[in-house]
Parts: sequence; structure tokens; C-alpha cells
Amino acid sequence: MRMALRELRRRPGRFTMATLTLAVLASLLLFLAGLLDGLYLGSTGAIRAQQADVFVYGDTSRDSFLRSRIEPHTREVVRQVAGVTAVGGLGLALVGAAVPGSDDLADAAVIGYELPPRGVPEPPAPGQAWADDRLRAEGVSVGDVLQLGTARIPVEVIGFVDDTNYLLQGALWVEPGTWRAVQNANRPDARVADDIVQVLIVRGDGTASDEELAARIDAATASLGTGSGATSSLTKAEAELSLPGTREQNATFNQILGVTFAVVVLIVALYFALLTLERVPLYGMLKAVGASTRQLFAGVMVQAIVVATAAFAMGAVVVAVGAATAPAELPLAVEQGRVVSTYVVLVLCAVLGSLASLRRVVRIDPAQAIGGGS
Amino acid sequence: MTTPLELRDVTKVYGSGDTAVTALAHATLSVAAEEMVALVGPSGSGKTTLLSIAGGLLHATSGEVRVGGRDISAATPRQLTDLRRDTVGFVFQAVNLVPFLTARENLLLVDELRGRRSKASRQRADQLLGELGLAYRTGNLPGQLSGGERQRVAIARALMNEPRLVLFDEPTSALDTQLGEQVMELIKAEVKGRGIAAVIITHDERMTHYADRTVHIVDGVLNAT
Repeated sequence: MRMALRELRRRPGRFTMATLTLAVLASLLLFLAGLLDGLYLGSTGAIRAQQADVFVYGDTSRDSFLRSRIEPHTREVVRQVAGVTAVGGLGLALVGAAVPGSDDLADAAVIGYELPPRGVPEPPAPGQAWADDRLRAEGVSVGDVLQLGTARIPVEVIGFVDDTNYLLQGALWVEPGTWRAVQNANRPDARVADDIVQVLIVRGDGTASDEELAARIDAATASLGTGSGATSSLTKAEAELSLPGTREQNATFNQILGVTFAVVVLIVALYFALLTLERVPLYGMLKAVGASTRQLFAGVMVQAIVVATAAFAMGAVVVAVGAATAPAELPLAVEQGRVVSTYVVLVLCAVLGSLASLRRVVRIDPAQAIGGGS
Repeated sequence: MTTPLELRDVTKVYGSGDTAVTALAHATLSVAAEEMVALVGPSGSGKTTLLSIAGGLLHATSGEVRVGGRDISAATPRQLTDLRRDTVGFVFQAVNLVPFLTARENLLLVDELRGRRSKASRQRADQLLGELGLAYRTGNLPGQLSGGERQRVAIARALMNEPRLVLFDEPTSALDTQLGEQVMELIKAEVKGRGIAAVIITHDERMTHYADRTVHIVDGVLNAT
């Protein structure tokens, strides 16, 4: 193992090409992972911010905010389910917002709420909103009065909150009446009555799992009838994935990441197989003087791990610089957990790739050191 | 005291049936401590096979092989690896040293393979290199050494594990006559001074007079002279 490290130190040129190739792949992996996380976090902020265990949709809504309607009698049934401690309504309207001093419309998600999400204060007065930080990039400032939708409903921004967006659109957190006003004025085809919300968020007392609580709620509302009050309840994780395109987006990116990791395995396997082939006489001599296959292969594996680690460090620097200079509209989020997991999987791929050399190392005959290989 | 190397009626056959080739036929050879045996023969005569069997690199097809008194005829590959690491020293003709390790590190490698690395190892490596006239070359890579110096480092490495038996595969073939004679003098001094047994394959009849005895091998059959 010490010998393998010395070779890396004294003959770095032999490993340069493999390291650079893996560095390109590592930066690609981190960039793709950053985009995946950026898109996911940017899409699901409004859900993730909710201090809720279960999200309750109308049973015919196909778990869509925009299609879902929850009427008061359903809400009352949900409230009485064993283990439920709090129930709050949510409503959502996607509109263009005219920002003072800007010619372009900002994409906005107007969200009416009753129970404050994490980091969001109590619902503001009618006609006011807490705006997500994302809207700052659109030129929005505290005190601005935004004109929402084609009906140009005015809403004044009274402060900013962080990481609460919906499908990459800047959230405007308002009290339910303001949401209904925006919805009904801009979507007359989908009006909502004063006591109706789109989705309920439910907090439990912790005695049941989120899945059990969701099942209890659906069981309790089933008797109200399909389309007449029956519900489809989801855990928070399920609600995040039920957002349009989120599941497909995750699957697509994960497949690309998987293929890229497979390419890492292939490159490490090919590179170290070639290196091992070149080292056959040396390994033959080392086996002759008492090196075991395990010792020789451990050296190959250590070199693969060091090369992968160096490549990852280089890739991480490239992505860090890229993230710092990327335009604000690029949804790139470099998450610490993702960086660590990418490194771990990259190293595992390198180890896996190096295993391709194991068979060859095993087969090296020490007798060939003196030309007597059988 | 046990004999460092004993071969009794050793035969090695490669292949089987019609394609069988007998590389070594009923070879019997004993090499005592402080004894230096030159093994001479034409190409393909079985010299390398004999050396490989003696060093635990190959299994004999039949016969008994004892190294340091221990019968290795039926040893497992792992036991043979341990034997080579702990009991036998090798000096090869071609690839001898690890090119990216210094002269000292090439010697320390022997102890590293045994899971040992201590100040004593380093002292022993430096002492061996000093005895072989390489004290000023301990930190040099093989590529920075002359052919004779490289061969001396290889000899020092072969002595690093304090072996009972050292096997030399044409140690002077890449050297000119003068350097070859110096190396043979050195080998002889080490064999006698350390009480080890040595078998030296050589094509060069001029070098055989350094040996205590010469064994000729033709078509796998030994003839002592």
C-alpha cells in the first residue's frame, strides 16, 4: 500500500489522464446533482416549508392543488380523526405579477394559508403578502404593490421569506381571502367559495405514523362519497413528489447520474486493467519475493481511491466556481449531503472499477519473474 | 544444522499425454550453508525450472523439495508465498527493482511485505547497502544507478530477509566482464560471510570458478562436476 502511494507521488504523470477524465465526470456528476437538487428544492419549497404531517386532497383531484377542493364538511370530518391535532387550509393560484418599474411579468405562486409554514409569519392582513426571496431577483422590494394576474389584483409586499417556492415560481404568502380574490378574479372558470380551500394540511399528535394518519383520514372521509368529500391523503414526501413533473424530473436526472457513475466504473476499470497489464513483470517479481495477491490488489485499489478523490476535489472546485458565477435563474443547488454522497458513490465506483484488475493480478505467476511461468 | 536446499528425485513435467514435456528429470541436489553452486546449461535445459522449484515458485511433479529442512513439495500457494518472503532471497536477471522506489525503499519493501517497518529495518537496509558499497546511493531511484549498482541493490534486497537460501538468475548477464567479476566476488563474500546457501544460474563459464562446485544440466538431467 505504501508502495502504491509512493508511485502516485513519484509518477503523477501516469495517473494524470485518468484523474482529469474522472475530474470531468465528477464535475458533471456534481453539476447534474446540483441541478436536480436545485430544481427539486425550487419546486417543492412551498410543500417542504409546511409544518404538517399529512396533505389532504379531494379524491378526484389526482393529488393536484389546482384541481382539488375541500369543503367545510370534509374539513370537519378530518378534524375529528383520532390523532389529528391541527388542520389548516391552503389555496394556490399561479399568476403573472406586474412589478413596479419592470416591463416583464414575474411568475408568482399566490398561496393562501392558515397555519404558518416554517419561516413564514402569521397570515398578513388582506391585500398584503410575504414574498419569497426568489422575487427579489425579479426586482420586487418591500413596499412594492404587485398587480396580480390579468385582473391586476393589487397586493403589497411587506417582507421576504426564504425557500418557499412552488414549481420554481416565487411564492406570495397571503391570507386565504386574498388568495380567493386573486383566484376568482383571474380564473373565473375555477372560482372558489369563501369557505372552500384546495388542500388541508394536517398535524398529528405523533401516536401514528404519517402513513397511518393519512389512511385514517381517507377512511373517515370515504363515507362522504367520491367527488363529494372523500379525500386522497399524502405524506409530506408523497406530496412533494405529486407536484407536476417532479417525479419524472427526479427519475430522469437519477438515470443520467446512474449512467455517468457507470461510465466512471468503466473508465477506472479500463485504466487500471491497462496499468496492471503493464505491471505484470513487476508484479511477477514482487510475488516472487513474497508479495501476496491481496497486498498487490490493495495497492491497485488504494490508487483508484486516491485518483477518484483527487478527481472529485478538482470537479468540486470547478462546480463551486460555476455555482458562484452562475446566473440566478439557473436552479443550481450544491447541497452538502449530496456532495458527500456523490463522493462516496464515486469512490465506490472506483473500487468497483479496480476490481476488474483483480483477476489479472491473481493470475500473475511469480515464476515468470525468472522466465519460468507455466 | 539443516541443509538449506535439498532436492531428491525431483521431476517436473509440463503438459500431459502426447504434449508432455519433461523439463527436469529425477534431479537430486543438495546445497549446504556457505556453499555456492553454479548451475550451467544451454537454453531450455531446465535451469530455470530447477531454480523455480527450489525457490517455491513452481511445484515439482514428483520428488521431494526441502528448503531450510521444510518439505515444500505439497505446500499451498500461500505457504509458498510465506516461504519466499521469509526464507529465500532472489536476484533476477531482468526486472529486479521497483523503479519508483529508492535503493533503500527497495530493501525496506521486503520488510513491508512481512508487515514490519521499523527503525531497525531502516538501519539494516542502510547497513546492507553500506556493506555493498552503496551508502551514498540509498536515496537514488534505480534509474539513477548504473547496471552494477542496480545489481548490488538487488543482492542487498535478497539478503534483507536474512534468508537461508539465495537464488541468482544470471546475475552478471547484463554486466561487462569486469563488473561481472566484481559482482561475483561480492556474492561469494556474502555467501561465505553470512552462512547462506546460493544457487547461481549462469551461461558464462568464466564466472563458474567463483562457485564451490558447478552442476551442469542438459535436457533436464543434472551432472555434477
